[in-house]
Amino acid sequence: MNKSKEQLLNKRYKAEQRFRLYGLSAIFMALLFLTIFIFKIFSTGYSAFQKTWLIVPVTFDAELMMLEQNPSNEDLQDADYYDIALKSMADLDPNANEDQENELKRMVSYFFEKEIKNELLNNPGLIGKTKEVYLTASDDLDQVFKGNYPRDLPEDQRRVSDYQLKIFDQLVAKGKVESKFNISFFTYADSREPELAGIASSFMGSIFSILVCLMIAFPVAVLAAIYLEEFAPKNRLTDFIEVNINNLAAVPSIVFGLLGLGVLLAIFHLPRSTPLVGGITLSLMTLPTIIIAARASLKAVPPSIREAALAMGASRMQTTMHHTVPLSMPGTLSGTIIGLAQALGETAPLILIGMVAFVNTIPGSPMDPAASLPVQIYIWAESAERGFVEKVSACIMVLLGFLIIMNLFAQIIRHKFEKKWS
Amino acid sequence: MIKIKAKNVDVFYGKKQALYNIGLDIEENQVTALIGPSGCGKSTFLRCLNRMNDVIDICSVKGEILINDFNINDKSCDVVRLREKIGMVFQKPNPFPKTVYENISYGPTIHGMAQSKQEMDEIVETSLKKAALWEEVKDRLHEAGTGLSGGQQQRLCIARAISVRPEVILMDEPCSALDPIATAQIEELIDELKKEHTIIIVTHSMAQAARVSQNTGFFHLGHLIEHGSTDKIFKNPDNTKTQDYITGRFG
Repeated sequence: MNKSKEQLLNKRYKAEQRFRLYGLSAIFMALLFLTIFIFKIFSTGYSAFQKTWLIVPVTFDAELMMLEQNPSNEDLQDADYYDIALKSMADLDPNANEDQENELKRMVSYFFEKEIKNELLNNPGLIGKTKEVYLTASDDLDQVFKGNYPRDLPEDQRRVSDYQLKIFDQLVAKGKVESKFNISFFTYADSREPELAGIASSFMGSIFSILVCLMIAFPVAVLAAIYLEEFAPKNRLTDFIEVNINNLAAVPSIVFGLLGLGVLLAIFHLPRSTPLVGGITLSLMTLPTIIIAARASLKAVPPSIREAALAMGASRMQTTMHHTVPLSMPGTLSGTIIGLAQALGETAPLILIGMVAFVNTIPGSPMDPAASLPVQIYIWAESAERGFVEKVSACIMVLLGFLIIMNLFAQIIRHKFEKKWS
Repeated sequence: MIKIKAKNVDVFYGKKQALYNIGLDIEENQVTALIGPSGCGKSTFLRCLNRMNDVIDICSVKGEILINDFNINDKSCDVVRLREKIGMVFQKPNPFPKTVYENISYGPTIHGMAQSKQEMDEIVETSLKKAALWEEVKDRLHEAGTGLSGGQQQRLCIARAISVRPEVILMDEPCSALDPIATAQIEELIDELKKEHTIIIVTHSMAQAARVSQNTGFFHLGHLIEHGSTDKIFKNPDNTKTQDYITGRFG
């Protein structure tokens, strides 16, 4: 081997090594960013799954509740719980003056009256007795207990007063503060109060939107793909349509939002802020994704299968419906799920059609106003209260979990149902 | 008896002409081999006979092809009915990715040939028996047809083609993807099938044409150069090109 050839060989080896290094470092970078992102989300968000409760002794004083002897269930429903609720909070510090009593009241959420009422409704025998009741702590104390609150700030820059902190610390010392799994995060709708805010409304909103989107986009897209791939003649017009479908996939989502606003709301007067409108808008966005996936998987069906069916005397329609379409379904379905996952994470078009409205009810149908998970993230991220910081991350975790499950499902469909060609 | 009569057949792919003025008679219950170098148009001609060229957008066929004295290029001809009568076996085995049973039962199902499960079972059994595959697959009728060996798959495709009892079977190089043993089995099968069906086979193997066919047509550059009995074409061809091709001087 002469010298120059050896040099060439060395150069080639080095180039290959360098190339591998570039590739590895690219993967390393990607993984690093992903890890930082996930770590950040989890470390901020995990505490939202815990909720702080104050355990407060409540005396169910029949007189204060304006209850007569042997009250019926209805009487219990209509009784006045506000006074005993106020009194139980005030009793935490027997020496409190009026201002301080007010501060004591603000240590729990404004649901405290309802929480005390539920306690009695579950156990009517409590009348005249005293029982310790779990009351939702205010969002600021919740953050204090979780260690997220800067206690060393000057008092006038804090939302928690020194007096509240003193009483809270006494309660903690007595073991009367407890942290439990935050069920209400999943069962409550949105609220202005972080301690009472949950994702139920936006979760259901997302589910309804996705269902509406699926029901519209899937049949339309699959039929369009089948027609274009199996029946349409290949000419300038179909080429033009194909190019435009690809263009449609590249249109920024906010434009679809404007379309939804201008057409669905302004012309057809569909109910604003509802998953119905959201789903239709998202379906416009998902349509090209599914069409492209469906066409690709129809193309992947070997022509020999079509020929076999045609030569057996199957009509074009039978060939398509009996053979080509079933064989293309795994690819189409996984493309659909990926399109839906995209739609699930979409925020901009939903904001435009009004799904950003504050909704504190859980929607029972696609016709009821609702938010959606990504919009909920946006709403909370905009809010000033410290308690929403962890909620944002927790909501992202739920959304990511949802997306991961959908993508996993797409993978499973692809691997399990895809036929192997001989 | 003449089964198929092709008259003045021209085929175009777009502007390019692939077949020029083909005229060929095909005898009933005999095997007709179409030979010629690659790209000579023999497969194109074969695909004219069951109008498979319809699938190709740019392909147009002119001229008359009479099957049982009926012109299949006529507008009144229904391709579904035509293909029911004219089966086809392709170059590469192409069973449906379904079970052996479903592969055979598909044709009879879409043409409504069986009234009951028993009738269908019978059709599947006789088709597989005629294709000399029954013994090998009778215990795995409900396993995937694509799991069979290449030769078995091709016989499965033949069984599928004969399941609708076609009058004519077109075979487009049916053995080109098979080993010599599987090829021998198929050739034996062709000999058996010609009792009930008219067979037209495109082949690249001169030996195969000589072994299985009674008539041969030689195509070259889109023209039918010569046709006649296999004996005559192979032993005493009229045209020097035929002679050259058969003796291996070109092609």
